[in-house]
Amino acid sequence: MIRRNLTHPLAEIRRRDFLKASVMAGGGLVIGFHFPGITALASVTQPSSSAFMPNAFVRIGTDERITVIVNHSEMGQGVYTSLPMLLAEELDADWSKVGFEPAPVDPKYNHPVFGMQMTGGSSSVWSGLEQFRQAGAAARAMLVSAAAQQWKIDPASCRTESGTVQNGSGGKLTYGQLAESAAKLPPPEHVQLKDPKTFKLIGKPIKRLDTPEKLNGAAVFGIDVKLPGMLTAVIARPPIFGAKMKSFDDARARSMPGVRKVVAIPSGVAVIAETFWQAKMARDVLRVEWEEGAMHDFDTSKMMQEFRERAKSPGTSVRKDGDADAAFAGAAKKIEAVYEVPYLSHLMMEPLNCVVDLRADSCEVWTGSQFQTIDRANAAKIAGLPNEKVQLHTTFLGGGFGRRANPQSDFVVEAVHVAKQAGAPIKVIWTREDDMQGGWYRPAFLHAVQGGVDAAGNPVSWRSRLVGQSIMAGTPFVAMMQGKAYDPASVEGVDDLPYAIPNITVESHQAEINVPVQWLRSVGHSHTAFAVECFVDELASAAGKDPYQFRRALLQKQPRHLGVLDLAAQKAGWDKPLPKGMGRGIAVHFAFGSYSAHVAEVSVEEGKVRVHRMVCAIDCGQYVNPGIIAAQTEGGAIFGASAALFQELTFANGRLQQTNFNTFPVIRINECPEIETYIVESQEKAGGIGEPGVPCAAPAIANAIYAVTGKRIRRLPIRMTEAA
Amino acid sequence: MIAFSVNHKPVTLEVDASTPLLWVIREQLGLTGTKYGCGMAQCGACTVHIGGEAVRSCVTPVSRASGKEVTTIEGLSPGLSNRLQIAWLQEDVPQCGYCQSGQLMSAAVLLREKPTPTDEDIDEAMSGNICRCGTYLRIRRAIHRAAGMPANGGMR
Repeated sequence: MIRRNLTHPLAEIRRRDFLKASVMAGGGLVIGFHFPGITALASVTQPSSSAFMPNAFVRIGTDERITVIVNHSEMGQGVYTSLPMLLAEELDADWSKVGFEPAPVDPKYNHPVFGMQMTGGSSSVWSGLEQFRQAGAAARAMLVSAAAQQWKIDPASCRTESGTVQNGSGGKLTYGQLAESAAKLPPPEHVQLKDPKTFKLIGKPIKRLDTPEKLNGAAVFGIDVKLPGMLTAVIARPPIFGAKMKSFDDARARSMPGVRKVVAIPSGVAVIAETFWQAKMARDVLRVEWEEGAMHDFDTSKMMQEFRERAKSPGTSVRKDGDADAAFAGAAKKIEAVYEVPYLSHLMMEPLNCVVDLRADSCEVWTGSQFQTIDRANAAKIAGLPNEKVQLHTTFLGGGFGRRANPQSDFVVEAVHVAKQAGAPIKVIWTREDDMQGGWYRPAFLHAVQGGVDAAGNPVSWRSRLVGQSIMAGTPFVAMMQGKAYDPASVEGVDDLPYAIPNITVESHQAEINVPVQWLRSVGHSHTAFAVECFVDELASAAGKDPYQFRRALLQKQPRHLGVLDLAAQKAGWDKPLPKGMGRGIAVHFAFGSYSAHVAEVSVEEGKVRVHRMVCAIDCGQYVNPGIIAAQTEGGAIFGASAALFQELTFANGRLQQTNFNTFPVIRINECPEIETYIVESQEKAGGIGEPGVPCAAPAIANAIYAVTGKRIRRLPIRMTEAA
Repeated sequence: MIAFSVNHKPVTLEVDASTPLLWVIREQLGLTGTKYGCGMAQCGACTVHIGGEAVRSCVTPVSRASGKEVTTIEGLSPGLSNRLQIAWLQEDVPQCGYCQSGQLMSAAVLLREKPTPTDEDIDEAMSGNICRCGTYLRIRRAIHRAAGMPANGGMR
């Protein structure tokens, strides 16, 4: 993924546009003002008119409250805590007074690298590191100046601590006391950031700010938003991707209690009722005739057969070091394996939903969005309004995993279409089945690998051929393909194969299939790490070497890979024997700027795989909150293990065969392994943390299965009956 | 007309008796802490208590609550004082938080039935509650922690 150089922490920071002082204008409605300890339903709050807003990211009230305005969405990954920590650190705020607020949609809240307001790519913390620290430091400088003016002393003789400015002769003013006078001062030309050695918050396992309201039902997710006079819509969508509605019979639906309207929209037929249940019951009795279209006989088993055929011929070149085919031909041992992974659903606990209040000259949208800039623009287009007439309020997200970053804004656009015909504020709710069947999956992939090992056991060649759909082609993100004939997101994680192998070829075949696909937590790495790390194990076997030591030997020039690999192996006790019936597997991977290694301990009894323990090592460079990192690493491992053990979307006769948790399972508490996370201490550039925990889970488990059964897993989800 | 009590407040509603309790709680009563996740008793996000027993409100017709006491997450305690909420805070359990109301409501019944639950007891009582973020290990720790606190609250 895209990285950028972070400024040295002590560097002088030039004044930026966003360091602009303004007195917060009273009367602006701020929805979702959250504050720790205040657990009443989030409500419309008016900040005091004398609040000091030194820049777009912080507001300091005369009541001492520090509100950090967060431009990334909270979907469980902890940004409503980690980003405020960065700001509060430089501000020397009293942490107990710090709260958060989701940012409105505005260019000043754009992602500093991606150029739009969004949350994804495990990028919130590393991209906000400088932004939030600068904002805190600028606010602090203005508060210090205000205090120094009052005391008529040199600002340099003042110090700050826990929400106060102190002058060394007993004088002390709180930030709240200084807020009004600080608001009249110009923003600083330069701010100096702290020496990391003096950090009080950064690097500590600070408890999350959003926990209290998630324990008593107060936290407001998109599905919880309620407006006066609001109606609810449930939508009948095509049963096959690309199918078009021919006609519908709504006589019965219209006669049902609470139903107000049944309307055709571009994506199907919407039933609008007073309550969700009324809308759902009426939707379920709608009779819609569909023109099934070209996908009427789509079948994933036939698709995989076609993928297998395609992998027999060369694809578009992604990487070519040396001559892998020639080296393979001359190798002492030749290994070939074909790995297959299915379509996957993001399966957020909170199904998709969107609330729209459309008026003649304005539109307000409430939803759990990862893509504010795009969602607002798409909503505006459908509403026929300029962007600035559309407000998008970001609620808590009941999970995102990439689904709520849809390039077409599908769930927002559809709700605006319904709102245009509803004549009232509208909430569209997707049932779990609607959500699972609604597309935008992680694409299925086939990954054929061949590798050669010489007589001494050294690998001499590696050739990967991948077949699958692009998530970029045909979307507004096609520019991210950078003119390449392949989609970088398809091959990430194998195009940068880190092992010292002299001849490496990576090729891509792009499949054109009309199943909507999209990024899912860890994107291409979610499948490339499985193929790569399982095949490395196969090469180790061919070389007669221990899988851990084999990797070590090939990663001598990759110190950070080696660091996490060693840490995981050591903490797992790689050299210590396991009880009979148990096996250990290892995997290492680089993704989103971070290095990760897992060791899995697995047993297989009567064909049933049980993962007992996972030891995870993570090197994400400079880190902010180790408690959140541990949670994300554990959660990522469970996410990856759920896919490895259980999850598969299949199509027959064009129709998706899975509908709910019973047919697309998730690991439950009784199936959850013990997981230990170890964080590498590092001053390297900060990397991501939301996704890097995912990729190693599947290969570590598959390699452990081999260790205990001698059988290779080459297809996910794992089925021992298919193991070779 | 259906009458029951929610978090100790009597309610009387004009509602189709077959409507799932979940949607009555969320839409008619405005208590949105109880969540919709699956609609078929698969995920546990909608867990509430009827007469002290944990039920999946997404498949429970509102008629089943008639004349009974219903407790939702909003009624679990005043001011986050339930020992499970305290333990959840101390273990910093939630990630996205969407499933946590259901997790807490299931755990509350577990602790009443088994004041010092084993890991197996926790597996059995909590396996009906899915967490997609994967907070299970912290949930387990928090339940054990809560079990070590006095039942009427514990330390803040």
